[in-house]
Amino acid sequence: MSSFAAGELMHVLAVDDSSVDRTLIATLLRSSKHRVTTVDSGKRALELLGLESDVNMIITDYWMPEMTGYELLKKVKESSVLRQIPVVIMSSENVPTRINKCLEEGAEDFLLKPVRSSDVRRVCGRMMMR
Amino acid sequence: MEGSNMQRQVVYLKKCLFDQGYLDEQFHQLEELQDDVSPNFVEEVVTLFFRDSSRLIGIIEQAFKILLCRQKHPQDFHRLRTHVERLKGSSCSIGALKVKSECTLFGGYCDEGNMDRCLRSFQNVKREHAILRQKLEAYFQLLRQVGPSEKASGSGN
Repeated sequence: MSSFAAGELMHVLAVDDSSVDRTLIATLLRSSKHRVTTVDSGKRALELLGLESDVNMIITDYWMPEMTGYELLKKVKESSVLRQIPVVIMSSENVPTRINKCLEEGAEDFLLKPVRSSDVRRVCGRMMMR
Repeated sequence: MEGSNMQRQVVYLKKCLFDQGYLDEQFHQLEELQDDVSPNFVEEVVTLFFRDSSRLIGIIEQAFKILLCRQKHPQDFHRLRTHVERLKGSSCSIGALKVKSECTLFGGYCDEGNMDRCLRSFQNVKREHAILRQKLEAYFQLLRQVGPSEKASGSGN
């Protein structure tokens, strides 16, 4: 994973099978001047992560066909190369067991959809202070 | 004079969409993301929503056709649930309140494994989806007629 100095803007990988939500999260992130790459599945996310080493944060939907956001989180955390990349999960459902499961697996945060600009500022601000 | 009448119509149409529960606060959030760089952002996102949601509704319809022909298994309802969750998620993201609410009910019936209620609930989802599409198409058509200089005030709260 590419490390970056505190205050530098991030390269965020946004993963969501919904084109609406991809557009929305990309717009929110770009309005904070971060660089964004969007993909529509966990599989494509892993392919991209294998090719590009400068991703600073992953933000992924929970409910996706074939590979859920939780499964993507697990694969990232199991990888010696990728495990340092912070992962944020998004979901439209407030299910405490789901949230706890993701946080226990190493997710940095869990955002309820619809994601707001304040959520993005909070999460990105925290990452940039690390 | 005509311009201000149309602008009033735009404001009134939007107010009705909120007062009648078709849209919620999230729609305002989309409007706040609209700027000079993306002057049609809201309409573009809404167009994406109806493209994706129509496809999802078609997938759910196909799933029902298959289910009605054979014995139901728990994973069939789980599959339905997954599709509904995706529809609910994008409904949330554009502030489509009634569609989201019907999806929530539908999802609950999937969890119960109740095929009859799933079917009836799905009809409600489709109905609310069609109504919202009609209303938003009318709204954006009027907004386009009002013109870009009026859009900022038409989009305000």
